[in-house]
Amino acid sequence: MAKIYSKNSKTNKKMIPKDETISFILNYSKALSVISYKKMKFEALLN
Amino acid sequence: MRQELISDATLVSSYIKGDESSLEILIKRHKQRIYSFIYSKVYDRDIAEDVFQDAFIKVIRNLKRGKYNEEGKFLPWVMRIAHNLVIDHFRKTNRMPKFQNSGEFSIFSVLSDSTLNAEKTIIKEQVEEDVRRLIEELPADQKEVLVMRMYQDMSFKEISERTGVSINTALGRMRYALINMRKVIEKHNIILTN
Repeated sequence: MAKIYSKNSKTNKKMIPKDETISFILNYSKALSVISYKKMKFEALLN
Repeated sequence: MRQELISDATLVSSYIKGDESSLEILIKRHKQRIYSFIYSKVYDRDIAEDVFQDAFIKVIRNLKRGKYNEEGKFLPWVMRIAHNLVIDHFRKTNRMPKFQNSGEFSIFSVLSDSTLNAEKTIIKEQVEEDVRRLIEELPADQKEVLVMRMYQDMSFKEISERTGVSINTALGRMRYALINMRKVIEKHNIILTN
């Protein structure tokens, strides 16, 4: 029987972002607040 | 189980109302599709992470600013943001190509530092000093023309006006100045190279 020498495709692996990246995004979301004043909107990053 | 029951639209609206955990569910639900999409374009883990992060920062800012109005189309919206960021990334890298050393070829073997190193600086100073001493040995009229031409960057017209001689005379003095300097250099085996 013929052997298959090709490597496993990278697409077989689950492509997901790192936990740190997701954690950063969630923390950014918690820290960001948008303040509306009249028709203007201000962003504030509160850590 | 709970995650699958709640629609994206409901999660988005509860996130806009202040429920941070909704965003976490949305990210966990779609992270694989969004990340795979980005990676399929950039083929680099780190860049894909950066683009993924930037995409969600945009998503968060737009949601919190109340700019999102595509009810029920959350994933296509995020995908479009990610797609635009991938395009931005390629625009940036085309403008500033990144050179990566692959094996034998190194870009630094082609590029060189135009500034002189310490040794070459010393040699250059010595050569300039030798030339200055040779000029001092020239007859006064030749020396005057040579200094004006080479060190003061004057034209032969300006030299002739300043010294009160014709342009031809000034040219002749320059010529003899150079001939005399070459003679002295040959006679004394002076090496003037850098």
